[in-house]
Amino acid sequence: MADHGTNHGTHHRTHGQINRLSGGQIDRNKPLSFTFDGKTFQGYHGDTLASALLANGVRLMGRSFKYHRPRGPLTAGSEEPNAIVALRSGAYQEPNTRATTAELFDGLEATSQNRWPSLAFDAMAINDRFSNFLTAGFYYKTFMWPAAFWEKIYEPIIRKAAGLGALTGSADPDVYDKGFRHCDLLVVGAGPSGLMAARTAAEAGFEVIIADEDFRFGGRLNSEHEFIGDQAGADWAASQVAHLGTFSNVRVMSRTTVIGTFDHGIYGAVERVTDHLRTSAEGQPRQILWRIYAKHTVLCAGATERPIAFNNNDRPGVMLAGAMRSYANRWGVSAARDAVIFTSNDDGHRTAADLHRQGVAIAAVVDTRADAPSAHEYAVIAGTTVTDTRGRLGLNAVQVTDATGHSRWLKAGSLGVSGGWNPNVHLTSHQGARPVWNDALNAFVPSPSLPPHMSVAGAAAGMLSTHGALHSGVDAACKALEIDPRTLPALPKADDRPVTQSAFWCVQGSERAWLDQQNDVTVKDVKLSHQEGFRAVEHLKRYTTLGMATDQGKTSNMGGLAVMAELTGQPIADVGTTMFRPPYTPTAIGVLAGRSRGKDFHPVRLTPSHYWAKERGAVFVEVGNWLRAQWFPIEGETHWRQSVDREVLATRSSVGVCDCTTLGKIDVQGTDAAVFLNKVYCNGFAKLAVGRTRYGLMLREDGIAMDDGTAARLAEDHFVVTTTTANAGKVYQHMEFVRQCLCPDLDVQLISTTESWAQYAIAGPNARALLQKVVDAEFDISNDAFPFMACGAITVCGGLRARLFRISFSGELAFELAVPARYGDAMMRRLMDEGEEFNVTPYGTEALGVMRIEKGHAAGNELNGTTTAQNLGLGRMVSKAKDSIGSKLSERVGLNTEDGLRLVGLRPLNPKDKITAGGHVMSAEGPVNAAHDQGYVTSAAYSPTLGNMIGLAFIKSGSERIGDRMRLVSPLTKTSVEVEVVSPHFVDPEGERQRA
Amino acid sequence: MIINHPLLGPRDSAEFTYLGDASLLNRPDPDTATPKDWHDYAYLRDNPAGLHRELWFHEGGDRSWLVVTRNTVTHEITKVELARDVARGLASDVAGMGTKRSGG
Repeated sequence: MADHGTNHGTHHRTHGQINRLSGGQIDRNKPLSFTFDGKTFQGYHGDTLASALLANGVRLMGRSFKYHRPRGPLTAGSEEPNAIVALRSGAYQEPNTRATTAELFDGLEATSQNRWPSLAFDAMAINDRFSNFLTAGFYYKTFMWPAAFWEKIYEPIIRKAAGLGALTGSADPDVYDKGFRHCDLLVVGAGPSGLMAARTAAEAGFEVIIADEDFRFGGRLNSEHEFIGDQAGADWAASQVAHLGTFSNVRVMSRTTVIGTFDHGIYGAVERVTDHLRTSAEGQPRQILWRIYAKHTVLCAGATERPIAFNNNDRPGVMLAGAMRSYANRWGVSAARDAVIFTSNDDGHRTAADLHRQGVAIAAVVDTRADAPSAHEYAVIAGTTVTDTRGRLGLNAVQVTDATGHSRWLKAGSLGVSGGWNPNVHLTSHQGARPVWNDALNAFVPSPSLPPHMSVAGAAAGMLSTHGALHSGVDAACKALEIDPRTLPALPKADDRPVTQSAFWCVQGSERAWLDQQNDVTVKDVKLSHQEGFRAVEHLKRYTTLGMATDQGKTSNMGGLAVMAELTGQPIADVGTTMFRPPYTPTAIGVLAGRSRGKDFHPVRLTPSHYWAKERGAVFVEVGNWLRAQWFPIEGETHWRQSVDREVLATRSSVGVCDCTTLGKIDVQGTDAAVFLNKVYCNGFAKLAVGRTRYGLMLREDGIAMDDGTAARLAEDHFVVTTTTANAGKVYQHMEFVRQCLCPDLDVQLISTTESWAQYAIAGPNARALLQKVVDAEFDISNDAFPFMACGAITVCGGLRARLFRISFSGELAFELAVPARYGDAMMRRLMDEGEEFNVTPYGTEALGVMRIEKGHAAGNELNGTTTAQNLGLGRMVSKAKDSIGSKLSERVGLNTEDGLRLVGLRPLNPKDKITAGGHVMSAEGPVNAAHDQGYVTSAAYSPTLGNMIGLAFIKSGSERIGDRMRLVSPLTKTSVEVEVVSPHFVDPEGERQRA
Repeated sequence: MIINHPLLGPRDSAEFTYLGDASLLNRPDPDTATPKDWHDYAYLRDNPAGLHRELWFHEGGDRSWLVVTRNTVTHEITKVELARDVARGLASDVAGMGTKRSGG
């Protein structure tokens, strides 16, 4: 084909842009170079990938999902089903991107998808020949049997044959972010109605956000040849945007798609910050997910043109007539040098006029209506339909059939189809409202029950004329914000032709006529769905996959349900429509994640001794969000057990130090503090003396154990409560619930001080000797002055305020020393220095766990949400002298049966045998099955103190079975071990050490 | 959703955690309640399609418990109260005095 650029009197070089026309909102002084499937092309600044490819005579841009049919763009916007490509390369490659919205930049790399070996010759196009086997419900029918074939044979083949783009398999190197914005009025869409709504609100002084998915504001004004006042529509839009830019109370957000309506005026919006740039600056986010809090919203989302179904209506070159107009007017591009227009309404004629003005030859306007308007410049064939097309990789002829059945072929490289326009109601139904059918428009319009504080204006509300759009935009802003419209200047004159739309969905006799081009759903498939009983619109959707592709059926849903309505003999209003749900357009998972990736997805909390522990080479473990030292390997140790055994033995023989900062700490103050603790703990606290600490067990109201810890009474009206690490937040919340909701009149206040204090357990026979070196001399910590379970405020290291608790989890002589968190690192280093003479040993969570199992202390494994105080052997702790949370329901018969589970210890008869946590305990003789289950092991460890493995277990009537021989079985690991039931207190059962 | 906190004004629901039916405020009187009362309190909850009084905890804020009256169908929130105030009102109702007891 010849270069037509000069034919139109333009004097620029067109670089092979054979279908570039004159005019348009592109900058011909900024040529851009890009590649498609490796071939280099030229376009202009302001082009999309689709407009630039069309300009270069490229109509074939992709292959369809199922039949691998050649496809070109159907639309010029975000509703595009066909022109889906991969952009960029390497780890930056993004599949399934619409060429119709991809903004062209210099160096853009695009690749076609779902074809092999090439776009022009696709071996999988053989699927098209077998289309009779690939109809609706194909998966359900073909792969019913045998089931095993599905996973191994069918699915891999189908996955390879069908589908869209492929993932790179590399991590996404781009940065994403999230942000929050607030406004009085959110305007969604910047066409004529949106611009007027924003302007009206802005001039009245309101905070306004106006967002549009396009990079150029103006909506359809950029695509039309029309005037507002004496300005071209696109120029008027540009002047309005410039005007809005002068207001400090207006935020103009282009390239921003409002993707969802959420509760209470919250909207999700994705801003594409750098997608139109070749590279982004270091750290600049590619996209931002905005959460917009809007007091009022005006939806000005416009309308989407709907196609008409006829045989082979999916060839490259067949487009929506309005899209053709966009390409011609906005980008100065046509898909070919000649065109046929097929329309059921006046809008198609508009395309014919615009294309003709631009020099595209109009072979004919084929109008379904017998009373079609005539034209001087080209032929209008009234009362006629398009019945077929030709052209293997692109359209070259159109078959036209009149009412008498007489057919003929017209040669044309492009075909514009117009079946009318559907208001973009999506955001009105995200909250559950279904759109309603409008007989006058023959389209669904927004439900009258809109989300609170939302109104709809312009084409989205069914106002399809520019005049109507301008006025409804002003009206919506005035109503929402209570602006007096009489104070406003008169609106400029705009196109006010009446818009009529007919209900013409599908040409008679169509079979392989595409409704959903992206998912390859044809009229024939809908007929089959009807024949097989899948007639309700939701069934139709799922059986045929109509509207389930990445375009969510923006151009196809209406046609599909109209065909079904005809088959069932129902009006469309009764058939109804499927539900629209967020997001409005495909959204990258990356932007939903924002910065919550990698370590930021799950932030970790570091203990005050973390950096010191790291220097010591500690191995860390995640406990909730905390990173805790698990053990501290030393030179020569190659296995974790060596380190853990050493830490346990060193602690039990001299002294060890462990960071226990992560335990929850709750400060309880007030004159009713003791009364309050009496309520939340099942055991009594009212009589606890100042300077003493007590173990406490909390129950849930249903009588099950919730958490345990200690409460230290620092003053008459001041307690410090500890919780387990895992339950710190939950227990705090529970205590606040009791305080505010159940005991609202108590004088008590709570505050979480977990992060405020660094706390270290100092355990072992030399614990006091070590502590005496740091505790200031005026504080006597001898056994007489500071006995087991004592507590108090002290100072250390020459005046540093601290708290000391004589409590023991390990069973040794032990203290817990708390200092303000900022001194935590220094305190640990000091303890290590001072402890050198005792060979002080830091120990981690493993050694901590081993020692508590040796001592028989319950922990999370035992307080597992199913166990009671009775089960734990702590039944007598539940005070009957007072009411506490859970005390009443803990008395239930079912929780107090004679054969109830009791916490016991287990010891293997053969010291070499293993105790397995999770293993179940059976009687020594008899069957091994669930019916004969006697209990289960909750915790197990190797005890270096005893030289064999030990376990804690809940066993039926356990306390009466001490000394019994039983079997520990674990069918999962195929083990069966003979064990003896023993006291859970393996080490120092009398508690002499902790009292020393 | 946005919860209009009685002390702090409108706050995003992401700052809160949800507990459920506000009937949890009506803890039985331990001196007089029957086992059935305790059972009903611990286990029975209404699950209405419509107005529901429910407990929310302002965990990411001032840690107050709120009683939020919310339509479970539309998510419309018609009332937000401090649970503590509601609980005090309940106590006075039980006492049959019709006036709120003073705190402390």
